[in-house]
Amino acid sequence: MIGDGALGWLYASGIAEYVRENESAFPWIESVHVLAITIVVGSIAIVDLRLLGYASRDRPVAALTDDVLPCTWTAFLAAVVSGALLFASNAPNYAHNPYFRAKLLLLLLAGLNMAWFQAWAAPALRTQAPGQAPPWPARLAGALSLLLWIGVVAAGRWIGFTMLGGI
Amino acid sequence: MRAELVHFCHWLELTPFSRTLQDTTWIIAAVQTVHILAIAAVVGAMLMLHLRVAGVRGTAQPMAAAAGRYVPVLWLAIPVLLCTGIVMICAEPARSLLNPAFQLKMALLIAVLGVTVAFARPLRREPRHWDERRAAAAGLAGTSLALWAGIVFCGRWIAYMGIH
Repeated sequence: MIGDGALGWLYASGIAEYVRENESAFPWIESVHVLAITIVVGSIAIVDLRLLGYASRDRPVAALTDDVLPCTWTAFLAAVVSGALLFASNAPNYAHNPYFRAKLLLLLLAGLNMAWFQAWAAPALRTQAPGQAPPWPARLAGALSLLLWIGVVAAGRWIGFTMLGGI
Repeated sequence: MRAELVHFCHWLELTPFSRTLQDTTWIIAAVQTVHILAIAAVVGAMLMLHLRVAGVRGTAQPMAAAAGRYVPVLWLAIPVLLCTGIVMICAEPARSLLNPAFQLKMALLIAVLGVTVAFARPLRREPRHWDERRAAAAGLAGTSLALWAGIVFCGRWIAYMGIH
């Protein structure tokens, strides 16, 4: 299968071998990955709680997202790069791990939710006065986002427990 | 002191609570997940607060308003972190309490709580306190963020520096 060939190629690459063989490379890269994820999830939670109307109701949503989302995206980039390095180091095993697959699926859904929100719900919110209860599409997007990202963190943790004896 | 700590770890490992946790892997994974989510709440809030303090983001709101918005997240998250942390210690006492990464994490945690109080206290008396002391504020912000990053790194390294 083409997929298995690509995974094998990744696994055999120089950088993957380095991450595998060097005792502290994997832990350091994994630490960066975890830190990046905490920034992504923590910052998105601030926006989601605003969309749900639980926090920062005095600030317009647009002002909040303008402040927060650049941090989110930067951290997300760091998470993807570090994640790719971790994945490459043991590509075939990760690719066949159901929790890794679930994590990728949840990430995709979270991304779709964000795209849908930007296209449909965000424009309506810009015309809203601060202090007003958010409309239902915003609350739905916020709730879905929180649930999906909690899922991403949980799936990530379960990957650790189902690869090679749990770390 | 260390001998007593080792003895305490052995005692804890033999308790029924600890046995149950050790034998049911999914409980530990779930507790760790909650722990990570609580840390994410803290990291997100502290990042936004300190970016405001450094004048990099969110400058439309006063510093005192940002503090009032984000510092309380700590006081909500810390009990959660404490409870989940205690459960994880009970599950693997030696792996945590005798682990240099864990001990460093606790030291950094005490330090960052001190820095947070040093930052938040003056604001209650004088909301414009740090606006008039920009450099010191930026210093506190940078130190705080570095400490939180260190805490997250130590947390991950506990798994790699364990006594097996």
